[in-house]
Amino acid sequence: MEIKREPLPGDTTITDFRLRQLQARDMLRGELDEQELQRYVEERVLTTTVDRAVAWAQGNSIYPLTFGLACCAIEMMSIVGARMDIARFGFEAFRASPRQADLLILSGRVSIKMAPVVRRIYDQMLEPKWAISMGACCSSTGVFNNYALVPADKFMPVDVHVPGCPPRPEALMHGILRLRDKIQGRRRDGWRARYDAVGTEELLDAETPPDTAAVNVLQNGDTAGA
Amino acid sequence: MPDATALELTAQELLQVDSGSILDTSFHRGRAELVASPSAIRSVLRHLKDRGYSALASLHGVDYYPDEPRLGVIYEMLDMQRVDRISVKVRVATDAAEVPSVVELFPTAEFQEREVYDMFGVRFDGHPDLRRILMPEDYEGFPQRRDFPTGGEPILFTFNEQQTYGKWV
Amino acid sequence: MAPEKPDSGGGQAALTEDYRRREASVTISSEPAGEGETHELMTLNIGPHHPATHGVLRLLTTLEGEIVRDIVPIIGYVHTGIEKTAEDKSYWKVIPVVERMDYLAYYFNAMAFCGAVETLLGIEVPPRAQYLRVIHLELNRIMSHLVWLGTSALDLGAISMFWYCFREREKILDLFEMSSGQRMHTRYIQVGGVFEDIPPGFEEKVRAFCRDMPNRADQYADLLEKNEIVLERLRGTGVVDQETLLGLGVTGPLLRATGHSWDLRKAQPYSSYDHFEFRVPVGTIGDNYDRFRVRHAEFYESVKIIEQALDGLPEGPFITPDRKVALPPRHELATSMEALIHHFKLVTEGFRVPPGECYYPIEGPRGEYGCFVRADGSAKPARVHMRDPSFINLQALRPMVMDNYLADMIATLAMLDPILGGVDR
Repeated sequence: MEIKREPLPGDTTITDFRLRQLQARDMLRGELDEQELQRYVEERVLTTTVDRAVAWAQGNSIYPLTFGLACCAIEMMSIVGARMDIARFGFEAFRASPRQADLLILSGRVSIKMAPVVRRIYDQMLEPKWAISMGACCSSTGVFNNYALVPADKFMPVDVHVPGCPPRPEALMHGILRLRDKIQGRRRDGWRARYDAVGTEELLDAETPPDTAAVNVLQNGDTAGA
Repeated sequence: MPDATALELTAQELLQVDSGSILDTSFHRGRAELVASPSAIRSVLRHLKDRGYSALASLHGVDYYPDEPRLGVIYEMLDMQRVDRISVKVRVATDAAEVPSVVELFPTAEFQEREVYDMFGVRFDGHPDLRRILMPEDYEGFPQRRDFPTGGEPILFTFNEQQTYGKWV
Repeated sequence: MAPEKPDSGGGQAALTEDYRRREASVTISSEPAGEGETHELMTLNIGPHHPATHGVLRLLTTLEGEIVRDIVPIIGYVHTGIEKTAEDKSYWKVIPVVERMDYLAYYFNAMAFCGAVETLLGIEVPPRAQYLRVIHLELNRIMSHLVWLGTSALDLGAISMFWYCFREREKILDLFEMSSGQRMHTRYIQVGGVFEDIPPGFEEKVRAFCRDMPNRADQYADLLEKNEIVLERLRGTGVVDQETLLGLGVTGPLLRATGHSWDLRKAQPYSSYDHFEFRVPVGTIGDNYDRFRVRHAEFYESVKIIEQALDGLPEGPFITPDRKVALPPRHELATSMEALIHHFKLVTEGFRVPPGECYYPIEGPRGEYGCFVRADGSAKPARVHMRDPSFINLQALRPMVMDNYLADMIATLAMLDPILGGVDR
C-alpha cells in the first residue's frame, strides 16, 4: 500500500497549526502583548461555577455500594464484567462499606425483613448520596405483589428507577448514565420534548385548564384508565 | 416408587407394628403415599428408615382448606440404595396443630420444620429451636395458610400515587 | 458496631441476654490462659450486607479469637412469598414466578414445576422437547457453576477469575437470548415442552461454545489449581463426613465431594437423561478442595451432554400436541375453530389439572430440586412448594465451620454455594 502525502491547499508555508505553535511559544516566553494574551486566554480557558465543576467531578467518579439482593444483582455483576464494562465510565470501584460509597444500587427484591437493614445502610452513607432502584421488584413490587415485599419508595428516596426483570445490563447502564446526567445538572429533555408529543398528558390538578383543542386528554374526575 | 401392592404391604407392616398409625394409603400418578396419625409419626418414620428409606428429601406443609383436618405435613422419604420414594402425610387441625418433631431421626428436618411452623403454624414437639425462619421474628400470622390474604401494594398510577405514599421531593 | 437487630422482638435487654446465653452455652478451648490473658467469646454479626456473603445471609458467629465456636445462620432477608403468589396464578403464569426462586438456576426451577404439573396431567413431553430441555438445563448448569467459580475466587482474593468466568457467562446468555429472547428468567420451559423451537443459527453457536468451553475450563484450572494460596485455603478445610451430610439431607456436589455418587440424572433419570453418556465426578474426603474440583469437573460433563443432545436431536413437535394444555400454533387460529376456542380458554382461564399431589425431583447445580404441586381441580395450583437444595445445604454450614478459623468460614461459605433466593423463596 502506498502512502501519498498531499500538500494542504492554500498557502503551505505557514499552516494554522504552525501559527498556534508559534503563539504558544510566545506566550510561554512572555512575549505576547496585552490584547493577544487576552484573546489567547479566552480561547483556551473554560470558566464555570464551582458547583458545576464539583458536580461534574462527582458525576464522573461515583462509588457504587456492593448491594446485591437477588437476581438483579447478577445482572449488576455483569456490568462489572468485561462486556458491559462499567469501568469505562469510572464506576468500577464498588465499595463494600456504606461509609465509602455514594451510590446505592438496590438490585433485587426488598423483603419486609430487609427493609430496615437497607434503610440503616442508606442512612450510614454520607452526603451526597444517590440511590438507583434497579429492577421491577424494588421500584414497585414487580412480579410479586404480596405480603412479603416492600417497594423502595416507601422507605427511602430513590433517584432513578430502572425497569426490567431483570433489567439488561445495558438498561442499568442507561439508568446509571441518566443519574450521572442528573448529578452533573445536564438537562435531559424527556421524550415528550424530544418528539414534540402533545395531547396525551394526564392532568393532575384542577387549576390547569384543559386544553380544549386537544382530544383524548384525561380530565380530572375521569375514571381510572391511565 | 413402590407400586400399589408394595405400598399396601408396607402399610400392613406398619399397622402390625403399631395399629392405628396408618390411617390411609393412596397411590396416584406413580406416587405412593401413607397417611399417618400425628402421634405415631416418629415410629412410622423410624420403621421406614430401618426398611431403607434413610433420607428425608423434603418436609413441607400444605393447607387443605376447606377440608378438615386442615393442615398437612408431608414427609418425602428417599431410599438411596434402591432408588425408591415414598411419602408420609400427617393431617392436623388448626386448633390442635402439634406434631412430634423428627429432628433426632433426620437432622435435615431442623430448618424445614421451622419453615412449616413459620408458614402454617404447626408446632413440632421436641424441636430444639422452633422460631420463625423466613418472616421477621415478631410477625403475626401464618402467611401460607389459605385464608391469609396475599397482600401487596395497590398499583400506582399518576392519579393515586400522591394518596398512596406521596412523592419524595 | 451496635448490637441491635432491626427486627428485634423483645427489646434490647432481651437481645443481649439472648446473646450472652448463647455464648455461655458454647465451650471454650481448654488451653490455659497465659499471664494476664482471659478467654472470652465474642459474638460477631456477619451480614446481612457483607461483601463475602453470597446474597443476604446473616451469620451470627460466636468467636473465640479467630476460631468459630458457634454459628447461627439467620435467613429470610429475601423472602418473597413466591409460594403464596403462585397460588393466585394459573399454572402457566406460575412458571415465571417460580423461576425467580433460585435465580441462577432458573431453567431448573421451571423444569421441576413443569415436570410436576405434567405428571399430574399425565401428558407426554415430545422427545425433541426433552432434548431441548436437556440442552438448556446443562447450559444453565455450566452458567451457574461459572458464576459460582467467579464469585468464589473473588471471595478468596483471586479477583481476575471473576472477569474470565463472566466472559463465558456472557456467551451462554447470548445463547439463551437466541433461543428465548431473554438473558435471565427466560420461561423457556413450559408445561408440555418448550416455548419455541430453536432458531437456525443456534446449533452452530452452541457447538462453537462447546468447542471452546473445555479449553476455558482448563485455563481456569491452570489459574487456580496450582496456586499455593488457593490450595492452602481449600485443602483440608471444611471437612464433614458423609453420614453427617446424609443425615442433614445434603445433595448435589457437596455430597458428591465426600465420595457418595448420588446424582438424580443417573439414579432417577428424567427428560431422557438416560440417553446420554456422562460421568458423575466424585470427590474423596469432602473438604473445600474436593467441592471445588467436583464442580469444576462438571463443566466437562455438561459439555459432553450438550454435544450428545445436539447430535441426537430428534425431529418433531417442541411442545405437546395436546391442545388443552399447550397453545395452538398461531397459523391454526385463522382456519380452525377449535384452535381458537382452545387458545381463548388457555389464555383466559388456563388449563385445569385434575386433583392430586405430585413431588417431582430433578438434579440441579446445587442438589435436588423437588417441586411439590397440589392440584385441586381448578386452574390454579393449591400449593406449590420447592424443595430448594440451598435451604437444606445451609444446615451443613454449622458442622463445616465449627472449631475452624473465621477465614476458613469464608472459603467454606463460598464452596457451599448458597443462593439466597432459593433459601428464602
